[in-house]
Amino acid sequence: MGLMGRFTTIVKAKASKALDRAEDPRETLDYSYEKQLEMLQKVRRGVADVATSKKRLELQAAKLEQSVEKLDGQARQALQQGREDLARTALERKKSVQLQLQSIDEQRAQLQAEQDKLVIAEQRLTAKVEAFRTRKETIKAQYTAAEAQTKIGEAVTGVSEEMADVGLAIERAENKTETLRARAGAIDELIESGALTDLTDGRDSIDRELEQLSVASGVDAELEKLKAEVGPGSQSSNQIGSGEEKS
Amino acid sequence: MIVRILGEGQYRLDDAAFATVSAIDDRVQEAADAGDAERFDRELRELVAEITRLGTPLAAEEFEGSDAIVPGAGTTLEEARALLTSEGLIPG
Repeated sequence: MGLMGRFTTIVKAKASKALDRAEDPRETLDYSYEKQLEMLQKVRRGVADVATSKKRLELQAAKLEQSVEKLDGQARQALQQGREDLARTALERKKSVQLQLQSIDEQRAQLQAEQDKLVIAEQRLTAKVEAFRTRKETIKAQYTAAEAQTKIGEAVTGVSEEMADVGLAIERAENKTETLRARAGAIDELIESGALTDLTDGRDSIDRELEQLSVASGVDAELEKLKAEVGPGSQSSNQIGSGEEKS
Repeated sequence: MIVRILGEGQYRLDDAAFATVSAIDDRVQEAADAGDAERFDRELRELVAEITRLGTPLAAEEFEGSDAIVPGAGTTLEEARALLTSEGLIPG
């Protein structure tokens, strides 16, 4: 059996499984239609779920972009202060954040592809369900027990297969979203733990060191300024000193 | 013959076209049996491309069960295997 044969068997089995044949064939039509509407809801929810997951990735990416910029600034500042070691640390962190960003981009693209597929599935199913509704009313209007069975059988079989198909697309998207959600959670943890950069209080160890450096150089500068100011008076202080010596 | 491409809808094929498609299907199965993911991808893409090229898409108003069903292009060997062993295809 070829691949086609295997898929045909399995999808058909799934499609017929979804079918509960009612006593009155007309009830089968209504039942199937209800199921179709449920499936439409499901596929729409699927689209929304994927969009939510994508949004989360986008928010993460924005956060990480910010920390790339920040780390870049820190590296620059550290070099200006002559602290190559500190600049290196900042650049190392930047590199690892960039790697995370890259993986987020790939995940986002995957989700986008799933979303596109679901949207197409939704459109196709919507058209099919609408056509089914029309067919259903026609069959009911012209109902004669003899032909009804066949007509109903055809319509229901045709639409059940479509539902099995859409069901597959939803399942696939759900699996993908779940996997990516777990990965997104891991990145959130990384961001929160400060392993990438401490965004929680907006400061990290590089910040603190740079701050100390700028405090130190600020103090130096002020000291120089003070010295310059106090300089002319140094003689008078000597005088006081010498005065004290005299007493 | 009516062939459904999962995720892409149904196509009507005449006998000659279906024979062509079946021949490609055999190659897809060979690739799957050999566990050759790359070849599987290539053959499956060709299979799907031939179905859409040789077939006529069914309208939404046509309610026909398919004679054959194939996975969509881009389905990996791993995914195809998972699909074939999956239970409860229709969630809920």
